[in-house]
Amino acid sequence: MSTTKPRLKTSAMIASFADPGQKTSSAPFGHALARLADEDPRIVGLTADLGKYTDMHIFAQQHPERFFQMGMAEQLLFGAAAGFAETGLIPFASTYSVFAARRAYDFLCLDIAEPNLNVNVIGGLPGLTTGYGPSHQATEDIAIFRGMPNLTIVDPCDSLDIEQAVPQLAASEGPTYLRLLRGKVPTVLDEYDYSFELGKAKVLRTGRDVVFVSSGLMTMRALEAAKSLAEHHVNVAVVHSPTIKPFDAETVVNEVDSNRLVVTLENHSVVGGLYETLAAAMVARQVSAKVIPIGLPDQFLDAGALPTLHDRYGLSVDAITATVLAGLEN
Amino acid sequence: MTTYTASGRSPLRVDQRIEEISDAAYRIRHHALNMGEVQGQGYVGQALGAADMLATVYCDQLTYQPGNPGWEERDRFLLSTGHYAIGHYAALAEAGIIPIEELETYGSDDSRLPMSGMSTYTPGMEISGGSLGHGLTIAVGMALSLRHQGRAQRVFNFLSDGELDEGSTWEAAMGAAHHQLGHLTALVDINALQADGPTAGVLRTEPVTEKWEAFGWYAQRVDGNDVGALVEAFDSISEQAQAVGRPSVVLCDTKVGRGVPLLENREKAHFMRIEDNEWQICRDQLSAGSQGRK
Repeated sequence: MSTTKPRLKTSAMIASFADPGQKTSSAPFGHALARLADEDPRIVGLTADLGKYTDMHIFAQQHPERFFQMGMAEQLLFGAAAGFAETGLIPFASTYSVFAARRAYDFLCLDIAEPNLNVNVIGGLPGLTTGYGPSHQATEDIAIFRGMPNLTIVDPCDSLDIEQAVPQLAASEGPTYLRLLRGKVPTVLDEYDYSFELGKAKVLRTGRDVVFVSSGLMTMRALEAAKSLAEHHVNVAVVHSPTIKPFDAETVVNEVDSNRLVVTLENHSVVGGLYETLAAAMVARQVSAKVIPIGLPDQFLDAGALPTLHDRYGLSVDAITATVLAGLEN
Repeated sequence: MTTYTASGRSPLRVDQRIEEISDAAYRIRHHALNMGEVQGQGYVGQALGAADMLATVYCDQLTYQPGNPGWEERDRFLLSTGHYAIGHYAALAEAGIIPIEELETYGSDDSRLPMSGMSTYTPGMEISGGSLGHGLTIAVGMALSLRHQGRAQRVFNFLSDGELDEGSTWEAAMGAAHHQLGHLTALVDINALQADGPTAGVLRTEPVTEKWEAFGWYAQRVDGNDVGALVEAFDSISEQAQAVGRPSVVLCDTKVGRGVPLLENREKAHFMRIEDNEWQICRDQLSAGSQGRK
């Protein structure tokens, strides 16, 4: 009798979080930047040896004379990006979020944010979008960046968000940070009456029992969980807040100010991200409600396969559904 | 609008250029002493040491419009060592970019001349230095950007030997050589002194010249208090570096407190304390040693 070892799950470095059969768009950031560059000669692209992994290679192929490879040198990447902006161009500079936030913070802060330069930082692998463990998982990038004056922080949900955000990031005066979703990126928001507006949160669906406040890929999960909860006769509203800073407190707190259960959903640590942003906005407006945070725990996360990890840390649709049902019972 | 054009901004002979620069360096030193007296302290020693480098750049190398510091066609001078601002303000005043009378506000509340140089405060200050190791990275981006836009300006970055401790300086050094930025020139003030003591004891940076050469730069090491040597070094850059797309560095050995024996002979300190009654002595010593400069 032969025994077959069960096949182990593997952790792909650049794992796609698109569900099987889901509608996707390929490299939406790279294509959007290339299109923008067709219209605006000031657009340039820089990367720190991660062009292929941040979809910057699409731009580089279409505008090779406007692409600058800075090598695996993130401090140089952002110092140089400041130099481009100081001399009248509009740089988009890409690397992984961990390197932008942790390794090159001083350069972003003093060379870019303090003089309020139009440099657009593109951070790959935000939150838990890689199974490579803490060296690559930017679980606290928003917490790090929220304290930086002048910096606009955007956490897009899908390809539509990214495509529409790119020209708006270039048009906004100061520096921006985009939490990139790359490769085959799901397209979800085209099914809703929605368009990305920098600095604005949007109500994607209404519901009488629960309010989801979400950003990034967790909005995709929030919409799926809302459908799943409907089967349990729970009616869920979803408010998508892709701009974390400046936060659209007026729209979001207005939605939260009700008798419904409030749940925040973010692909980020529960420390220093959307949950705490909302909590501060509520306190400032004297709005009181129970808020359940769905997000990453305040710890260094495991390595492993993304579906396993999303389940483990409560980001999967099933986990969200269970958390909400339990929250409604208490 | 008056435009000062770089070196040989003029039909001047080399000896005339040296005279002009030396006069400017003398005045920069006086400005620095006057500014230091306002605060009773400051990075006067560094300013005195670097005065010849600053004078050579502003008198002889940069193209700029004094009345229009934002002029797009200007060469860029980036002060990476924010605490050298006292010397840089003196050079900016000497260049006509800020009024000499304003220098006395140095380091005071609401002054445009803060203790550590910041681009958002001061006309002619291109970047906010001070967090060391940043200037050369920005200079690389500016040089790439200007070349990409088909503009002929040069980019200068002033840094200190202490900044050679910073890894980012070497990221930028590699980037500049890789991208063949012949219009980028770094000036390194080697005063062999850091916050915690002599450079040799804090973190050994020698052999400095060989390091820059190994990174692909055209490196020259000169006495940074010898104006003639500085002029000669800068003059060789166009042929040896600019023409072949090689970034250039002028490594300048300087003496902290140069020109004022009282300070030259004092125990070296990053942040030099000078007593109230000593400022006039410093000025007198500077004048006495100046061979009649004005």
